[in-house]
Amino acid sequence: MTGTLLRSVLKDSLRSRWVVIYAVFFALITEGLLFFTSGEARAVLGLMNIVLLLLPLGSMMFGTIHIHDSRDFIELVLVQPVKRSSVFHALWLGIVLPFLVAFTLGTSIPLALHGKLLSPLSAVLLLAGNLLTMVFFALAFVVGLTFREKATAMGVGFLVWLLLGVLYDGIILAVTVLFVDYPMEVPTVTMITANPIDLARIFIMLTFDQAALLGQTGAVFRQFYGSALGSIVAVTCLLCWIGLPYTVALRTFSRRDW
Amino acid sequence: MSSIHRAVAMVFVFCGVIVAVTSLTTHTAQAEQHTAKAPNLVGVISAANAHDTVYIDGYHRVSDVVINKPLVLIGRQAVIDAEERGGSVLTVRSDSVEIRDITVKNVRVDYTEDNAAIKLDAVRHVVVASCHIDNGFFGIYLSRSRDCTISDNILTSKQRDESSSGNGIHLWTSVNVRITGNHCEGWRDGIYFEFVHQGTVQNNVSTRNVRYGLHFMFSDSCTYSDNAFLRNGAGVAVMFTRWILMERNRFADNWGAASYGLLLKEITDCHVRDCVFEGNSIGIHAEGSMRMLVESTHFRRNGYAFRILGNCTDNTVTRCDFDGNTFDVTTNTSSSLNNFDGNCWTAYKGYDLDKDGYGDVPHMPVRLYAYLVESMPSSILLMHSTFIDVLDIIERLLPTVTPENLVDRKPLMAPYHGEQS
Amino acid sequence: MRPGADNLVKRFGALTVLNGITTEFFPASVTAIVGPNGSGKSTFMKCALSLVTPTSGRVYGFDRSRAGSMAQTGRYPDNLTPRDIFALVQSIRRTPAPYKDTLIETFDLGSHLTKSMRTLSGGTRQKVGAVLALMDDVDILLLDEPTAGLDPVAASRLKDIVAERRLQGATVLVTSHILSDLQELADRLLFLLDGKIVHDGSIDAVLSTTGQSTLERAVATIMTRSTS
Repeated sequence: MTGTLLRSVLKDSLRSRWVVIYAVFFALITEGLLFFTSGEARAVLGLMNIVLLLLPLGSMMFGTIHIHDSRDFIELVLVQPVKRSSVFHALWLGIVLPFLVAFTLGTSIPLALHGKLLSPLSAVLLLAGNLLTMVFFALAFVVGLTFREKATAMGVGFLVWLLLGVLYDGIILAVTVLFVDYPMEVPTVTMITANPIDLARIFIMLTFDQAALLGQTGAVFRQFYGSALGSIVAVTCLLCWIGLPYTVALRTFSRRDW
Repeated sequence: MSSIHRAVAMVFVFCGVIVAVTSLTTHTAQAEQHTAKAPNLVGVISAANAHDTVYIDGYHRVSDVVINKPLVLIGRQAVIDAEERGGSVLTVRSDSVEIRDITVKNVRVDYTEDNAAIKLDAVRHVVVASCHIDNGFFGIYLSRSRDCTISDNILTSKQRDESSSGNGIHLWTSVNVRITGNHCEGWRDGIYFEFVHQGTVQNNVSTRNVRYGLHFMFSDSCTYSDNAFLRNGAGVAVMFTRWILMERNRFADNWGAASYGLLLKEITDCHVRDCVFEGNSIGIHAEGSMRMLVESTHFRRNGYAFRILGNCTDNTVTRCDFDGNTFDVTTNTSSSLNNFDGNCWTAYKGYDLDKDGYGDVPHMPVRLYAYLVESMPSSILLMHSTFIDVLDIIERLLPTVTPENLVDRKPLMAPYHGEQS
Repeated sequence: MRPGADNLVKRFGALTVLNGITTEFFPASVTAIVGPNGSGKSTFMKCALSLVTPTSGRVYGFDRSRAGSMAQTGRYPDNLTPRDIFALVQSIRRTPAPYKDTLIETFDLGSHLTKSMRTLSGGTRQKVGAVLALMDDVDILLLDEPTAGLDPVAASRLKDIVAERRLQGATVLVTSHILSDLQELADRLLFLLDGKIVHDGSIDAVLSTTGQSTLERAVATIMTRSTS
């Protein structure tokens, strides 16, 4: 049943010009960075900022808008003999899949044109972008389903993005300042792990050769995440960031009045 | 230079007098030529008279050869393979020995003896030139020697760990030694100076060494110029030293958690000019350094271009170009007693309305974030995060924390070296 | 099992919209649910459609695979065409939709089938809704303001079809502001006020007890009586 619904949502998403604009945006900005920026490190930094900042914001906004704009569709199918969870899965996948493809294609094509697609760095950037897309669409669904006003939902979504993308690091810094007399490696690594954007950022930095700059703390990070346990923790963490909001959104959806 | 010439001239005059005197009194005035073929190298050397020339042919499997009279040893595709037999391969115990064009291989690693391919022990006027040292424990080892020249040798070793590898060119308690045109690769330290006075290191390449490309300790009045130190485990270290001139050297790609282009520790009155630091995790790290002049030097794509700790005073950094470094200058203090005027910073956002070539607003090269990282190392994990970027912008607009006197009052508008590729 | 509600309560925050509804609906009958604005008509319909989850009590027997419905809003996904929507609902319901083509003809939708919903007028959308509700062979019909926005021809055709389905044994629930429509269609009147059933009886009985000739006047009489 999810499949039937998914096809319909996908058809609807693909007709929306936003997906195309999104893909073109990533293609242009990637090409621009690769073409105009002197030095690969700066191009990578630019791409990193796009993936860590604009992509989550985009996902958050498109996700909340999608939930509100899909109200008609939801009301149409919910009165039919379907399980609400099937509708939810279809709604989420139906918006996430086009955006994953749009981001991946939009970024990959310029990278391929510059012969950089098959580098570990491109792989990490694409992987991080895809995971963050899923994380922020899941969060967007929580926000979009919880707040019935579209404008309110978008506002709250923006705040969530601001918190995770910008303010969270300020909180880490404040904690570090507060406990300046204590060894802060492990707490910092833990706090970084708890935020998907930070986690993605560190993994990108460990891949392009900024790793050496991370010094002792980076060594702690690399030592931990280089181990089997660490990789499991990192992957589990990111999956939790997708899974938990997804589950919360699903529960909200199942109980929500339309 | 003139002192060397004078010394050499005096030596010639001195030798001339000796030769004249001996030729008057004896009949063995003429130096002879010998050829040593395997396996009689030791025999030929001991049979040769002082100032004879010994040509060495072929492949010799021997170690612990002592040269205790002034000889010229010239290899003709000669290989001396120690086969890890122990001891130094060639030990020079006489002045005025010249060794050329010889390949020395497979010196035994010994944890109690400093075995070397060529060892100069308490000698003067020895030349080692155009030799190949392959897989030595130590390469060319000088102790208590003076007025020697080590030139155009190629020294390579298998990279091992620090304790089981020796140094490429090792100088201990030596005076007036010239090291020129050598290539050192895969040693613990490529070139090592301890208690050396008036050493000259020129036109060498030192690369992929386990620890330092060049290591100076307690050595004053030395010059090193036109060298390249590339991809070494920890870069170059100059420590507990004064009166060092470092010019036209290239320090590049020394990248690693504890890797420096140039580590300066407890040094005074040194002069760095026309050098290039590129792609190092730390370009220059200075601690306890005084009255140092760094000028006309290019810092490009380093993690930290210049890390200057609070115990550095009266240093001057000027006419340098800072381009594309993650951090241009970092320090661990809020007040700096060093002068950073007159450099070019690509991070400079100011303007030059009066067109005098200097920016009209001072440049503060220390980012707030760099200061945070110095005082709270774990905050390095926030690098490239948006919050930090925002913080830096705010700090640039309303400076509060960054060292107020670590400032460039006359930032150059154009690179001192001109635009480089 | 007959569909019905058992002590159905629905609160939105502090607001109680349905306050203990207990009733049952019968085959081959059309029940008109009436009441002033905010009396809980639409919420009751949405509970029956399981768009709204009861706070307590329950609705039962409105099996969605046996029910066809028209929502009050009459809004459908903008980017889809009527044909897409019919296909979607058909594939969800796994039905050949025996009445679809007839209904499309009846409501004169043929020329609109491939236009996107965004471009259709309110009345046309309402017709699409009517086709969706009626195209399958269902025995429960939940019609929330079915004639809103329909032109007189379409409205009367819709009423004819509903009457026909009733004769075939369907259980029909209908709300409407147009009480004359209900008088024409319905045989039973359920009057809601503040989330409670204040009157339940046949249309004829209502007319005779109130002594009025039209349903509109009869309802007005009940309303004034109950509020005073």
